[in-house]
Amino acid sequence: MRHLLSPLDFSLQETEELLDLAHDIRINPDKYAHKCDGKKIATLFYEPSTRTRLSFEAAMMNMGGSVLGFSEASSSSVTKGETVGDTIKVVSNYADICAIRHPKEGAPRVAADYSGIPIVNAGDGGHEHPTQTLTDLMTIRELKGSLDGFTIGLCGDLKFGRTVHSLIHALVRNRDVKFVLISPRELRVPDYVREDLLEDNGMEYKEVERLEDVIESLDILYMTRVQKERFFSEDEYLRMKDYYILDKAKLDSAKSDMYVLHPLPRVNEISTDVDDDPRAKYFEQVHNGVFVRQAIILTLLNLV
Amino acid sequence: MLNIGQLNEGIVLDHIEAGKAMEIYSLLGLGELDSGVAIIKNAQSNKMGKKDIIKIEGGMDLVDLDALGYIDCNITVDIIKDGVVAEKRELTMPKVLTNVIKCTNPRCITSIEPQLDQVFLLTNEKKHIYRCRYCEEKHT
Repeated sequence: MRHLLSPLDFSLQETEELLDLAHDIRINPDKYAHKCDGKKIATLFYEPSTRTRLSFEAAMMNMGGSVLGFSEASSSSVTKGETVGDTIKVVSNYADICAIRHPKEGAPRVAADYSGIPIVNAGDGGHEHPTQTLTDLMTIRELKGSLDGFTIGLCGDLKFGRTVHSLIHALVRNRDVKFVLISPRELRVPDYVREDLLEDNGMEYKEVERLEDVIESLDILYMTRVQKERFFSEDEYLRMKDYYILDKAKLDSAKSDMYVLHPLPRVNEISTDVDDDPRAKYFEQVHNGVFVRQAIILTLLNLV
Repeated sequence: MLNIGQLNEGIVLDHIEAGKAMEIYSLLGLGELDSGVAIIKNAQSNKMGKKDIIKIEGGMDLVDLDALGYIDCNITVDIIKDGVVAEKRELTMPKVLTNVIKCTNPRCITSIEPQLDQVFLLTNEKKHIYRCRYCEEKHT
């Protein structure tokens, strides 16, 4: 039995195949409309995440399956002190596959240890969010034609942003990807990302503080939210915050085929006047999320 | 060198980096043993200048070689039988380390589910890096 706990659980070739499948689902949805008839997905969300949960549920329903689960810990047996292991042993009797979101890092790994059904990590603390990463990869591949041969700028909160860590993790397997890490000093990528992922894999990267200084060199700009509470001081926040807001004026310096991605939800880091720019692809990205999750469900249930 | 009585049956942990004996004593839980344990600090060594040595009375089951390999795989392990060295064991860095060290990441699932084994995986042998199997936080 296979699980998806980290984007690296799929080899490069398997990732390409999964993205091919997601693409096929996108263009031929009817072909997959009954692939999961009679199947159930359990969505165990120990912390709220409407977007990700709905995306999993829509993915299953698009293929004729049904859904069950809970959307916050307070409505589950966890409030009675039940462990993740016990919960998943019980849920394995009710569903065919399970998507789990948990505030504690590694909870999906624990679930997989005890589960009788495939587990999909739908986000665990600041650790991994593999279905988001595969969605990012699908969008990048559609826009650039391949997962190799581009410069990607990752901008914002690179310290706590799990989508950024997972994306770097997945992209360091491709030799010709260059990374530009744009963040305040306090929110730089953790040491393990810099040392174990970028340096150990011999990847070309640089770290800068201002988006304006590098935007013209990028092929993809991956924006994330910089939360005020992450800064050590109010002064520092006020000094830095505008560097990380993408607006029409900043976008003017970018290449005509530099695409803007964002895992969403955004707050104010991409101003709404950018939405109409043909390079803004974040809503397309979220659209792809459903197809990627359909492809993951089919793959893990051996229904391909 | 300071002479600590002859060991008839037991284990000698030799070539411990000077000053590390107490850390090993604690990590191996030697304080909880009923048998005799001798710690020799700052013994003279041709190879190392100074070294620590631990002598433990009793059988091999008293020492977790994985834990020892994690601490320092250059330590030599001599098994003493009838007063002589009967066997020398080589240590290696264990690929998996169970219930030797604890994850200190407050966001790790092990922080709220204490019944889980504390499992660490060797992710970089050259840099001697172990990561929690659950949250992948580096042990420092």
